[in-house]
Amino acid sequence: MRSFEAILARCREGLSLPEAVLALEEEERGIPAAEVRERMRRRLEDLEASVRGVEEHPARGRLVGGEAERMEAYLREGSPLSGPFTAQASALALKVATGNAAMRRIVAAPTAGSCGILPGVLVAYRRTFAPSEEELLAALVVAGAVGSVVAERATLAGAEGGCQAECGAAAAMAASALAVLRGGSPEDGVHAAALVLQSVLGLVCDPVAGLVEVPCVLRNGSLVGLAVLGADLALSGIRSLIPPDEVVDALGSVGRALPASLRETSRGGLAVTPTGAALARRLASEAPRLEG
Amino acid sequence: MALEEIIGPVMVGPSSSHTAGAVRLGNLARLCWGRPVTEVDLYLRGSFAATFWGHGTDRALLAGLLGLRPDDESLRESFRLASERGLRFRLHAERADGAHPNSVRFVFRGEDGRTLEVIGASMGGGAVELQSVDGFQLRATGAFPTLVTFHRDEPGVIAAVSALLAEGGLNIASMNVHRQGRGAKAAMVLELDGAPDGALLARLEACHPGLERLLVLPGPEGEV
Repeated sequence: MRSFEAILARCREGLSLPEAVLALEEEERGIPAAEVRERMRRRLEDLEASVRGVEEHPARGRLVGGEAERMEAYLREGSPLSGPFTAQASALALKVATGNAAMRRIVAAPTAGSCGILPGVLVAYRRTFAPSEEELLAALVVAGAVGSVVAERATLAGAEGGCQAECGAAAAMAASALAVLRGGSPEDGVHAAALVLQSVLGLVCDPVAGLVEVPCVLRNGSLVGLAVLGADLALSGIRSLIPPDEVVDALGSVGRALPASLRETSRGGLAVTPTGAALARRLASEAPRLEG
Repeated sequence: MALEEIIGPVMVGPSSSHTAGAVRLGNLARLCWGRPVTEVDLYLRGSFAATFWGHGTDRALLAGLLGLRPDDESLRESFRLASERGLRFRLHAERADGAHPNSVRFVFRGEDGRTLEVIGASMGGGAVELQSVDGFQLRATGAFPTLVTFHRDEPGVIAAVSALLAEGGLNIASMNVHRQGRGAKAAMVLELDGAPDGALLARLEACHPGLERLLVLPGPEGEV
């Protein structure tokens, strides 16, 4: 899908946001809407399975582990400032992202490094508000469309666009999904994504020791909050003054302007702080040696 | 990109290029070898050599050589599976000028002394590319069912192969021909809209005297 404007044009003809996405997907790829829905239904099952897998067998990475459980304990014992839904979504996002680091089965949504945000939000929403399967499926279709627009106008690769293109895009996708689940208008859904994206412009990809752990896992946990607020801001009627397609274009040009050191090379940002560098040295000393 | 590519692939973490792509690369190399792998040397290059341990690239490559899919959680146990199946492997690092930063050179050895060298790269987002088979440069992604021919550069080979594909009702999506020189060794990579069945394959193998070997990559069918 090349633009939000093309999707909204269909909505002005009377389609809902998910219907417009399915119609465009059918036109552009020749895949009947029923088939796309069936494929997305399987993806929804896989997203939920990625949560259940780590719930049944908690995971640890080489640098991370235990953060999700800590957040869950905090949620159970008190009343989190972000509210029970957001805090639960954050804990689930942390879990799935930790599972990714531990070589568990996940759904790249849109990437492996950002794989916690969408299942975190959708599963927490299901558990808190009990929507129907159809409503969740519609939300997932719209999340996919947001990712598709970012992929076609900008990029979804941290190596090309930094973390704004991975966790940032995932949060935008989740925000649109939430706006749809809350019954928002098509404009609400699209602007929820745009409001998130304009808040992550410039976010760098700086993995410590090259691992998909620090800061990736905690960014999954914290950007869930931005997704929730992006949806609420849009549902209140607030609009991005910059049209959503132009926000995505800006994300693409900011990504291209980022120096290579801040695009997944581990040569900048948190990766080269004294502690980041020390962690990288420690892990390098633990790694098996390859014959030269 | 299609919606299911955005919400997907379903894979074992942590990295689409260094883990999922590595599994696909191992599978492509295994298909080039064409029989169970018993002994193989893997030469990791660039970022694969630098970060293989943190991303499970070593386990992922081996999982592919064992025929596992990128979403199979048992790929974590691929070293154990390899030793159970009698697959001997050695991992190396190598520098290669001009090589893709995420590439691997596989050297297979059969019990009959036969060897095969395959070079492939992980292109990002889980996509992979076969770059060289036994020193022959070519380009195949495995994203479609793919037929690769190794033949002598002479008139009629391409026509014979494409005529049989037409008879079998198989549409050609893309076609690349490579040759080392006029009348020398050549290869053709045909991406198809469907995979040839056993009967068609047997006819293809016998369709022209210049044809030396055929390789079929089944494409991502069945893979999520």
